Amino acid sequence: MINESAVFWSRALTELTLSFHIIYATIGVGVPLMIMLAQWTGYKKNDEHYILMARRWARGFVITVAVGVVTGTAIGLQLSLLWPNFMQLAGQTIALPLFLETFAFFFEAIFLGIYLYTWDRFDSQKKHMLLLIPVAVGASMSAVFITIVNAFMNAPQGFDIVDGELVNIQPLLAMFNPAMPTKVAHVLVTAYMTSAFVLAAIAGYRMLRGSKHVYHKKSLLLLMKIGLIFSIAAAVIGDFSGKYLAEYQPEKLAAAEWHFETEGKASLVLFGVLDGEEVKYAIKIPYALSILAHFNPNAEVIGLDQFAEEDIPPLYIHYLFDIMVSIGMFMVLVSLLYVVGKARGWQFIHSRWYRWIIVAGGPLSIIAIEAGWWLAEVGRQPWILYGLMRTPEGATTSDHVDLMLLLFAGVYAVLAVGSIVVLVRMFKKNPIEREIEERHSEKGGDFL
Amino acid sequence: MTLEILGISVLWIFLFGYVIVASIDFGAGFFNAYSLLIGKNHILTNIIKRYLSPVWEVTNVFLVFFFVGIVGFFPQTAFYYGTILLVPVSISLVLLAIRGSYYAFESYGARGHIGYTLTYGVAGLLIPASLSVVFAIAGGGYVDLIDGQPVLNYWTLYTSPFAWSIVVLSIAAVLYISSVFLTWYAHKANDIEATKLMRKYALVWAAPLMISALGIMYEMKSINPESYSHMVNLWWMFAISAVLFIITVVLIMMRKKYGLAVGLLIAQFAVAFFAYGIAQYPYLLYPYLTIYDGFTSTQMAIALIIAFILGLCLLLPSLYLLMKLFLFNKNYVTGKEDNHA
Repeated sequence: MINESAVFWSRALTELTLSFHIIYATIGVGVPLMIMLAQWTGYKKNDEHYILMARRWARGFVITVAVGVVTGTAIGLQLSLLWPNFMQLAGQTIALPLFLETFAFFFEAIFLGIYLYTWDRFDSQKKHMLLLIPVAVGASMSAVFITIVNAFMNAPQGFDIVDGELVNIQPLLAMFNPAMPTKVAHVLVTAYMTSAFVLAAIAGYRMLRGSKHVYHKKSLLLLMKIGLIFSIAAAVIGDFSGKYLAEYQPEKLAAAEWHFETEGKASLVLFGVLDGEEVKYAIKIPYALSILAHFNPNAEVIGLDQFAEEDIPPLYIHYLFDIMVSIGMFMVLVSLLYVVGKARGWQFIHSRWYRWIIVAGGPLSIIAIEAGWWLAEVGRQPWILYGLMRTPEGATTSDHVDLMLLLFAGVYAVLAVGSIVVLVRMFKKNPIEREIEERHSEKGGDFL
Repeated sequence: MTLEILGISVLWIFLFGYVIVASIDFGAGFFNAYSLLIGKNHILTNIIKRYLSPVWEVTNVFLVFFFVGIVGFFPQTAFYYGTILLVPVSISLVLLAIRGSYYAFESYGARGHIGYTLTYGVAGLLIPASLSVVFAIAGGGYVDLIDGQPVLNYWTLYTSPFAWSIVVLSIAAVLYISSVFLTWYAHKANDIEATKLMRKYALVWAAPLMISALGIMYEMKSINPESYSHMVNLWWMFAISAVLFIITVVLIMMRKKYGLAVGLLIAQFAVAFFAYGIAQYPYLLYPYLTIYDGFTSTQMAIALIIAFILGLCLLLPSLYLLMKLFLFNKNYVTGKEDNHA
């Protein structure tokens, strides 16, 4: 029995919750690493500015964590509420990483609480810094485990089906499925990259607003270096993901690339619009798709002609692919120019227009994260469990899902507005100049 | 002991952990809001915030742990409970979202926003009410199977005296648990005024707690005779719980040994909670789902238990560190140090 309207609204509500959650979750995974790196730099260089950086980021981080935790709790329960049939099956096969994720989360929650409320309590900054390791590790590990669950949905394995019954379940095999390495790596590095660019955008904005403090210059350079490393990593792993898709989920790659006919020497389609089966106004890079898919310019790439109509994902995912890739490349360039320019003494990186580009980099990276997730998720339609269970079969049969969508939309609106208002007020009221002055009077002379 | 029993015991322990830490949290939020209304917030707010701020996130994890664990050990619960609980649990989630964001927003941003504090206080009482309905549902009688799909009968549920008694019990328990705990915490902080006030609340909420607990026993007799007879067989556990309750109340009345009182309170609820749980055996959802027919494969169960043991090895020392720093640290509790980032 399938309740069509419940299926539709369940998809809408899941998409709403996840799209909202990943903004905070991405920051939640990446920012602890930034805080740790700032604290570490401050400790190594004995430079209080970096220590303050860690402290100020941590304060803002609390707000995003709060929203991340409540929306994460929501999606955790919504999985069972909206997709009970899917979760029943998943519970038997992929419960292990779900369960491990709660431990990572537990671990992070405990040490984050300690870190936040023991400021200046320990004699050495080193001890305080050690508290950040479990926070950063816990945050990243929960991303690893939950992404493993998602990878399983794309490449289910580790069980056999005999007469409709699941038998021979191997929890570890289910975890280490083929989709897992590229997914986990891509999620992690893009989270680090996005967090670095979001924090860099804030520094850039303060500088545009007239703050001349050396604190912002230090933080911008640190973040641009981190951002450069992780955006390059994201591009490299993105390439591996393309090869994964060509091997295991060719229809997703074909739909994302509007690759209709199976052929060798396939060209990569960038931008363009679709008119029936005709691609217009696109830039075509010869051989690039074959290289992306198989490392070989002549290799044959499977096209959409090989698949039944009902197994092909929506073709609009091509636009999502374009958005994600273009932003990623753009950010590599922005951070590369900044880091090289800083070393070579190029003046334009200090100009107002370049600062504005840096400011735009924060929101752009978040848009890339959203586009990337939509691409990944819509790209495996019509399956909820690739090749095994179609999305409608997993959904709830319960009524009132539409009402719940309205209810949650209201809550997320409140959380979004609340978190933004609080964050803006927090830093506007207490700019770095003031905090340094206060700290100066508290601690006495030895401070910039 | 079979894997099924081990699994449900582990989950029941974590649910109990959530009941205790969340009760302290929810009750404290309510007392905080109430004291704002009657103009006594200068007495309570500091004490409450100092304890709760570092731990709110940990409280939430206990809940996540439970619902992830139950789907792992008993995947069929996702099918039954997931389908029927869409509306009640969504409402709880909304309330949890209001509360979860509160500490962070309040301590760093909108300090002293009255509307928010009040909403938050009320949300704290509605969450246990909305979550405890699940206990009533688990007992049976509110779910029908239609074409093989479970459907919740809202009307029967909302007009059921049994369900409402559970709601009343959960609210009374929240206020009682949290006031006893905060009496002790305020006493440790040498805050005489707050101790006095919380002690008063503790004594006030002791009576409704017992009355509603007895009411539930009585109603169970007609609603679910099977688990009622199990409960009668376990009378000695409930008797122990009652004795612990009386000693706790006496200690608080005599203003003695608040720390011991908190320990006895936890023991009292633990015994009653486990007795109630054992009386439900073997059902997860009466009469459709037992712990045996809903259990996961042996391989997964073993993997989960190994993960659980390894997780505990990390978790217990960390929890101990957290308590050492914030619960048993004299300077922190008395507010001599305010080291928040």
